[in-house]
Amino acid sequence: MTNFFVNGKPVQVDVDPSTPLLWVLRESLGLTGTKFGCGMALCGACTVHLEGKAIRSCVAPVARAEGKHVTTIEGLSSDMTHPLQKAWIELDVPQCGYCQSGQIMSAAVLLTEIPKPTDKDIDEAMGGNICRCGTYTRIRQAIHRAAELSGGRRTS
Amino acid sequence: MSAPAMVGRREFLKTGAAVGGGLLVSWHLPLPSFGGDKDAGNQVALNAFVRIGTDESVTVISSHSEMGQGIYTSLPMLLNEELEADWSKIRVEAAPVDKVYNHPVFGMQMTGGSTTSPAEWGRYRKMGALARTMLVTAAAQQWNVDATSCHVAKGVVLHSASGRRATYGALANAAAQLTPPSEVKLKDANSFTLIGKPTRRLDTPSKTNGSAQFGLDVTLPGMLTAVVARPPVFGGKVVKFDATEALKVPGVKAVEQVESGVAVIAERFWPAKIGRDKLVVTWDLGPNAGLSTEQMTRDFADQAKAPGTVAKKTGDAASALKTAAKTITAEYDVPYLAHAMMEPLNCVVDLRADSCEIWTGTQFETVDRARAAEVAGLPPEKVQIHTTLLGGGFGRRANPASDFVREAVHVAKVAKAPVKVVWTRDDDLKGGWYRPMWHDRFEAGLDANGEPIAWTHTIVGQSIMQGTLFESFGIKDGVDSASVEGAADLLYGIPNLQVDLHSPKIGVPVQWWRSVGHSHTGFSVEAFLDEVAHAGGKDPYELRRKLLANQPRMLAVLDLAAQKANWGAKLPPGVARGIAGHFSFDSYVAQVVEASVAKDGAVRVHRVVCAVDCGTVINPDTVRAQMEGGIIFGLTAALKTEITLKNGKVEQSNFHDYQMLRIFETPKIEVHIVPSTVNPTGVGEPGVPPVAPALANAIFAATGKRIRRLPIRASDLAETAGAKA
Repeated sequence: MTNFFVNGKPVQVDVDPSTPLLWVLRESLGLTGTKFGCGMALCGACTVHLEGKAIRSCVAPVARAEGKHVTTIEGLSSDMTHPLQKAWIELDVPQCGYCQSGQIMSAAVLLTEIPKPTDKDIDEAMGGNICRCGTYTRIRQAIHRAAELSGGRRTS
Repeated sequence: MSAPAMVGRREFLKTGAAVGGGLLVSWHLPLPSFGGDKDAGNQVALNAFVRIGTDESVTVISSHSEMGQGIYTSLPMLLNEELEADWSKIRVEAAPVDKVYNHPVFGMQMTGGSTTSPAEWGRYRKMGALARTMLVTAAAQQWNVDATSCHVAKGVVLHSASGRRATYGALANAAAQLTPPSEVKLKDANSFTLIGKPTRRLDTPSKTNGSAQFGLDVTLPGMLTAVVARPPVFGGKVVKFDATEALKVPGVKAVEQVESGVAVIAERFWPAKIGRDKLVVTWDLGPNAGLSTEQMTRDFADQAKAPGTVAKKTGDAASALKTAAKTITAEYDVPYLAHAMMEPLNCVVDLRADSCEIWTGTQFETVDRARAAEVAGLPPEKVQIHTTLLGGGFGRRANPASDFVREAVHVAKVAKAPVKVVWTRDDDLKGGWYRPMWHDRFEAGLDANGEPIAWTHTIVGQSIMQGTLFESFGIKDGVDSASVEGAADLLYGIPNLQVDLHSPKIGVPVQWWRSVGHSHTGFSVEAFLDEVAHAGGKDPYELRRKLLANQPRMLAVLDLAAQKANWGAKLPPGVARGIAGHFSFDSYVAQVVEASVAKDGAVRVHRVVCAVDCGTVINPDTVRAQMEGGIIFGLTAALKTEITLKNGKVEQSNFHDYQMLRIFETPKIEVHIVPSTVNPTGVGEPGVPPVAPALANAIFAATGKRIRRLPIRASDLAETAGAKA
C-alpha cells in the first residue's frame, strides 16, 4: 500500500511500488489530465507537482510519493481561476491540447519561483516540455500574461 | 470496401464553388440510428448537424475530427453564422459513423488534406440556415403571423409588431415536426457577424484543466490494457514466443499471438509493459532485414540520373538546356519522418458477439469501421466508432490500412474483454507509416540575362497511394500525384519545364505527413530556385516576383511577407534573410526567415514572417495558430528529425534521438493574412512547406553554404559562418 495526498485528498493505492506515479494517477485514481508522452522524462506531458516541485511522473515510482502531496492539473484550481488557466484561455494557447497539462504544470512552478519571469527564465523552465503542434510562442505570451494577471505576486 | 468516390483538388475547387451556391448536400437524410449522447434526452435534432436543448443549449455535430486545427470551433462558427443562436450556448460533439457525415467531396467520413473548412463551407452554413428557418416557422405558426415578419437574435425568435418572443429551446420540439424547407438563402459575406471575427476556441477550457478526453483517457468497466510486441523489421513475422516470465508479472492476464505480433494483455498499462519487456519472441525478419537508408540514399541518387515517368512537360526542356547560356544542377535529400503526435497511438475496443464499439482518435472513420468490421466478422453497421479528441494527427491517424484500429480489434478477439491497446513512444516511432524519404534532382538553364528558361526536376521516392484503396484515384499514368505535387504544378513562369518520377517499391510503410508531397517539393523547389537566382546574379525575391507575374495571389503573399520582413534592409552582423513561397492545398503562403549560424555550425532562427492567402478566413486566430504551428513543424523537420534504418531496423526510439524543436529554439513568428472573399482554402498544412527552404536560403545568405539535405547538420556548417562564397 502506498499512501499519499493528491490535490489535497488522502489516497491509498495497492500497486507495485515501482509503478510510475503517472499510471497510478491515470489508471488507479482516474486522473487522466496528466498525460503519457514518452515514458522517459523527455517530453514533459506527465508533469505534476510533488511537494510543490515539478516532476516527470512517468519516471517517478509511486513509492516516491509516500506521505507526500501531489498536485495534478485537476487540482491546479477548482474553478479555472488560476492565472495560467485564464491566460491560456485568453490567448487560446492549445491546439491538440495533449501536452498542455504538462506545460501548465511546469509554468505553475516557474511562476511560484519567479513571479515575473523573463523570456530566458521561461526558456529554462519550459525547455523540458514538448509541444508537437508548435504552440510555443503562445505559451511564452501566456506565461507573461499570467504573471501580469497575478500582479507579480507568487502563485501557488 | 470499394474505393471511395474521391476527386482531385482541381475538381474539388469547382465542386466547392457549387456547394456554396446550390444544394448538393443531402441534408434531409435520416438521422443516424445510434442513440447518441446520454444527456440528449432533452435535446431535439433539427437535422443531423444540430440539436437544440430545452435548456437553450445548442449542440453542433462535427463530422470532422479535432486534432488541434480548431475545427470544433470553425464548424460551429459556420453553422451558427446562419442559426444565430447565443454563441455562449454552443457545444460540439463528435459525429458517429454514418454516411450523413461523409466528407462532401471525398465521399467518406474523414479529416485530412486541409479540406474541412473548404468542403464544409456550404454545408454547415446551410444546416444552420435550415434549422433557423424551421424555428422561425414554428414560432410564426404558433403566433399565427407571417414568418417573414419575424426575425432572430441570439437564440430568440422575435415578432416586433406584437412584441412576442420565443426562445429556440421553447420552439425546438415544434420546429422538429416541420418539413425542412427545400431552399434556404445564405447570408452575403458582408452580413457575416461570426465568420471572419477572431473567436475563442470552444475546446480551450477543457484543455487547461485536464478534462479534455483523448483516446488514451477512455476507460470502460472491466477494461484490460494491452501492449503489442511488433516485429523489429517491417514485414517480419513471429516464429515462436516464450511467455513464461511475462505471465509471472502480477496483473498480466494473457499473452497471445495476433496478426501484428504478440499481445501482452494485463489489468493495467504498467504490468502489460513490464510483461512485454520479459517476453521472448523469435522473429522471422523477412525480406526487409537488409534495408539501410544509407544505401537507399545512394540508390535514389543513382536512379535520379535517368529520367523517370513524365509527370509534367511544358515546352522542350532538353533542347532549351542545350542552348542555355548557363546551366546549373543540384540534388536534394530528405529523410523518412515520423508524425510523432504527442499522444501515442491507442485504441479501445469493446467487442461483443453482435457488436463492436471502438473509441479512438482517428481521422478516418469510414475506412477504420470497414477494417474493424472485417476483423470482427461483423457487418459495418454493427461497428460504431466514438471519435475522441486527437492528441495530434498530422496524417498518421488517417491510416489507409487502419493499422492501429485493425490491430486493436484483433487484440479484443483474444482478450475476450474490453481492451485498450496502447502504443509506447518507441512503438509509435518505430511503427512505420512515415513521410517517404525523397531525392530531388534539378537542372536549370539560364538565358544570357540570367533568367531561367528551362527546368527539369527528377523525383525519387516511394508512392504513398500505391497499394492502398486510393491507388485508382491517386495514381494516373504511373504518377502518384502526391509524389509530384508542388513540383508538377509549379507556379513560376518557366517556359520549358519537365518533371519526372521514379517510385521505387520499398518495404517501409509510408503515409501522408502534414503537407504530404509538398513537404519535399516545397523544400527542394524553393531551395533550387534560390540557387538559380544566385547563378543568374538576381535577388531571390526579385526573381520570384518576375516569374510570378501571372500569379497575382502568390505574388501578393510574397510581396506582403517581404515587405513585413523589410526585405533588403540591414540586419545585425551574421544574421541573414531567406525567402520562399509555396502553393499547397489551394492556399498561398510565403515566408521570410532570419537566421544566423554559429562557428560550430549551430543554426539559430531568429524570426519568421509569414503571409498567407487562404481565401475567406473563418477564424483569423485559428489561421494564425496553424501558420505558427506549421512553421514549428517545418522547422523541426529542417533542423532536427530523421528516421533512419540499419539492417532493416529503425534506429530512433524516443525524443532523445528523434528530437522536437523546443521553446528555447522557437523564433519570433509573425503571421499576416491577405484579406479575401473567395471560398476558403486549406490552412492546416500550407504553413509547413516554405519554412525549410526559407531557412536554407537564409543560411546560404549568411554563410555561402548551400543546404541540400535535411535535417540541417551543424557538421555541414561548422566554421563556415561568415565565409560567404
